[in-house]
Amino acid sequence: MSEIVKKNLSEIIDLIKKKEIKSEELANLYIDKVNKSKKLNSYITTCFEHAIQKSKEFDKKPNLNSLLPGVPLAVKDLFCTNGFKTTAGSKMLENFIPQYESTVTENLWKEGAILLGKLNCDEYAMGSSNETSYFGSVVNPIAKDTVPGGSSGGSASALAADLTPATIGTDTGGSIRQPASFTGTVGLKPTYGLCSRWGIVAFASSLDQAGPMTKSVKDCSIMLEAMAGFDKKDSTSIEKKKENYSKNLKTDIKGLKIGIPKEYRVDNMPKEIDELWNKGKSILKDLGADIIDISLPHTKYALPTYYIVAPAEASSNLARYDGVKYGYRSSKGNDLIEMYENTRSEGFGDEVKRRILIGTYVLSSGYYDAYYLKAQKVRQLIKKDFDENFGKVDAILTPSTPSSAFKIGEKTNDPISMYLNDIFTVPVNLAGLPAISVPAGLDKKGYPLGLQLIGKTLDEQNILNVAYAFEKNCNFKNEIKNWWL
Amino acid sequence: MSKDKFDYFIKGEKNNYEVIIGLEVHAQVSSNSKLFSGSATKFGAEPNSQVSLIDSAFPGMLPVINKECINQAIRTGLGLNAKINNNSVFDRKNYFYADLPQGYQISQYKNPIVGEGKVLLDMPYGSKEIGIERLHLEQDAGKSIHDMDPSSTYVDLNRSGIALMEIVSKPDLRSPEEVNAYIKKLRTIMRYLGTCDGNMQEGSLRADVNVSVRQVGDKNFGTRCEIKNVNSIKFMQMAIEYEAKRQVELLDEGKKIEQETRLFDTKKNETRSMRSKEDAHDYRYFPDPDLLPLKIEQKLIDDLKKTLPELPDNKKERFMSDYGLNSYEANVLVSEKEISNYYEEVAKLSDKKLAATWMMGDLFAMLNDKGLNISKSPISAKNFAELIQSIKSGEISGRIAKEVFELMVESGDNPKKIIESKGMKQQSDPKELEKIINEILTKNKDKVDQYKSGKEKLFGFFVGQVMKQSGGKANPQLTNDILKKLLKG
Repeated sequence: MSEIVKKNLSEIIDLIKKKEIKSEELANLYIDKVNKSKKLNSYITTCFEHAIQKSKEFDKKPNLNSLLPGVPLAVKDLFCTNGFKTTAGSKMLENFIPQYESTVTENLWKEGAILLGKLNCDEYAMGSSNETSYFGSVVNPIAKDTVPGGSSGGSASALAADLTPATIGTDTGGSIRQPASFTGTVGLKPTYGLCSRWGIVAFASSLDQAGPMTKSVKDCSIMLEAMAGFDKKDSTSIEKKKENYSKNLKTDIKGLKIGIPKEYRVDNMPKEIDELWNKGKSILKDLGADIIDISLPHTKYALPTYYIVAPAEASSNLARYDGVKYGYRSSKGNDLIEMYENTRSEGFGDEVKRRILIGTYVLSSGYYDAYYLKAQKVRQLIKKDFDENFGKVDAILTPSTPSSAFKIGEKTNDPISMYLNDIFTVPVNLAGLPAISVPAGLDKKGYPLGLQLIGKTLDEQNILNVAYAFEKNCNFKNEIKNWWL
Repeated sequence: MSKDKFDYFIKGEKNNYEVIIGLEVHAQVSSNSKLFSGSATKFGAEPNSQVSLIDSAFPGMLPVINKECINQAIRTGLGLNAKINNNSVFDRKNYFYADLPQGYQISQYKNPIVGEGKVLLDMPYGSKEIGIERLHLEQDAGKSIHDMDPSSTYVDLNRSGIALMEIVSKPDLRSPEEVNAYIKKLRTIMRYLGTCDGNMQEGSLRADVNVSVRQVGDKNFGTRCEIKNVNSIKFMQMAIEYEAKRQVELLDEGKKIEQETRLFDTKKNETRSMRSKEDAHDYRYFPDPDLLPLKIEQKLIDDLKKTLPELPDNKKERFMSDYGLNSYEANVLVSEKEISNYYEEVAKLSDKKLAATWMMGDLFAMLNDKGLNISKSPISAKNFAELIQSIKSGEISGRIAKEVFELMVESGDNPKKIIESKGMKQQSDPKELEKIINEILTKNKDKVDQYKSGKEKLFGFFVGQVMKQSGGKANPQLTNDILKKLLKG
């Protein structure tokens, strides 16, 4: 097996730029490993013919000035890709082939990247373990019986297993950061509105954000630079000029104030997580940052708030999957209503149905004020907590997850314990802030754990810098042994 | 028609009832593209030929507000003397139907773009103000076609996503006549503004009609029923009459009115229950997270205000004061922008009052007969003005004018040319006329004697002879004067 696929994205870009490897060779190396890695179940669809053809075209006329020159990339199967199946991990869209390209993937292709395949994910991005996918569970390359996290579990697994040099996911409540933490990779959820949502299968519109998942912080800055940008097709997109995150990346964080929120020390949190957090603090302190204790008093309401807002929006966003226009349609039923009932009963999995039910309930007349409206008010308070503290600190450091990767099947019958996995990540989505998860260490099982850096609105550069400095001084090493080959 | 007192009451067996009506008018915004997508909005296009990925709700598609539709709603609000809300919100109204691709309609629920306003109606018993509760923007749904195939339903999404303004009145209407006047007035205002073409055949204007009844003198409203989606004024009136009678009969029998949604069956001329209050949809309204709250700068409102044309109420007043028209005439002539423009053009070049009379008489009759809009009139305003001037100056008589008018309709020619070429000019030369009259009197000496001995009825006979002799061209006034003079002598 080639060592090249193990390399970081930035190293691969260097190889291409120095003409030490051709795009087609590179594509073939990944294709070869993907073909041998079916046990991980990280790909739903492979686009190998397309990748080879595009890489040949690139090699004939290479544009080496682009950000991702001739780099093959697989993406989460929530991004609509023109001419390639986009399933959202659901039976409902099992055979759906969009005739349009999501803005974010389009941005990647414009920067020279080449679509390699579509990566498994929880159904409609609803899950924290990638076990709700209609296409089956994804395995974490860390250990064969563990989940890669979710919902961008296929992305995290493929990345950690060197089946793509970098990837993109979506993060509604932690769906990039939690799997990044579980697989020892870097994952960034940008400020809400930095990346266009156009062409991404919607889960919860006010929370969904696409973001990069990479093997290093530098890679993360390159990917973010490529995918971000104002899009007039998305009314919630932020109008601002593009930034050169990779060029401006620096390790000097002297004098930066890093907040440590006391509310993130939760009951029953494994000691290892606490130790990891302390390790993070001392590394940043050694680099010259000021560590400041802060309080985000409404943190404890974030999870219940999230599990009202997200299902509410989802219940409405998923109404379009009704069997009328595209996607799955049940052959049973004597009238329109029966067709709807059968289509949606057969086409959606249990977790999706659970959230549609919750969402429908909290929006119902008589319950709206008590649930949805109240949740929106609490959401404002959570945002206010952050706003107030960002007067005092430049970034906030927390653990990414309350545990390391768990076993496949361990939490499937206990949705609450599954939801608790998002406890450190959801406040950030509710507040619309950027946050990055960086690998910080291994637990005693040898499973990776991540730390999360939360930044101010549109302050991606700053948290990338802190993460970059941290990464350089943390000496984290992922121990993936290619056991599945 | 011209009643000077309001008298629409329904007599029950025991009591006399008053009918309370409120309308929710759905007016299609005149715009080139849909409310949240770039698709075209032309009427009558091939099914599903004006449908974008957004209109058909493909995964990952997002709505982007069409600014032109916002401007149109603001203009309409200003035309209704209404408050424009600087902050409004688009909400999702969730329900499942085959012609609703998103599974929700984007509408405005708690915070509409336009707040309270008013519309003035001219009723035979005086003017009446109808309150406007609100105006909000929303998407139209597609169309389900059930009769193309015995076993399936076809869906046409051309309408899906087209911008509608829902204009909600206060329950201020009291009769089918008032409803007629209200709809027409709304339509006139929107046509003046160019915000809705008001074409009911094409579905650009539809209404949900809320009807309740109460005993005359009662202060409280009765329970109302909503009649959904009625698409002509006539049907609205029929539905109201039926529904009011139905409710009165129930009340007279001591029964209660159930709040419900009803449908008007245009074939049977009756309303029937569609769903009861218990079965009412729970639409689960919530703010659409794909759209930011709509902020409207005061400057935009002020700028749009400056672009508003003169509206019918103001124009009517001006017509009365500038052109000396009475209220009725002014009302008719401002009822459509094109009519008022035509009239003004004519009035500038000719006698204002006579022009009004002729327009409302012969011109409208002819247009009506031919089913033409005034903008397609075979007689141009300029030619029409010349015709009026020819009458006014005595060049031709009213009777000849009618002939000239007919010829103008046929040929589109200038009236002067017709009068010249056909020699239709009125004989107004007193000497010439005296000559003719003298000849006639000489020829009919016996009748002259009878006239002089008291049979004055014969005067008409002499006039007739003069007309016959002159080929109808003798100036009637002059003929009368000369005849009287000569018969006296």
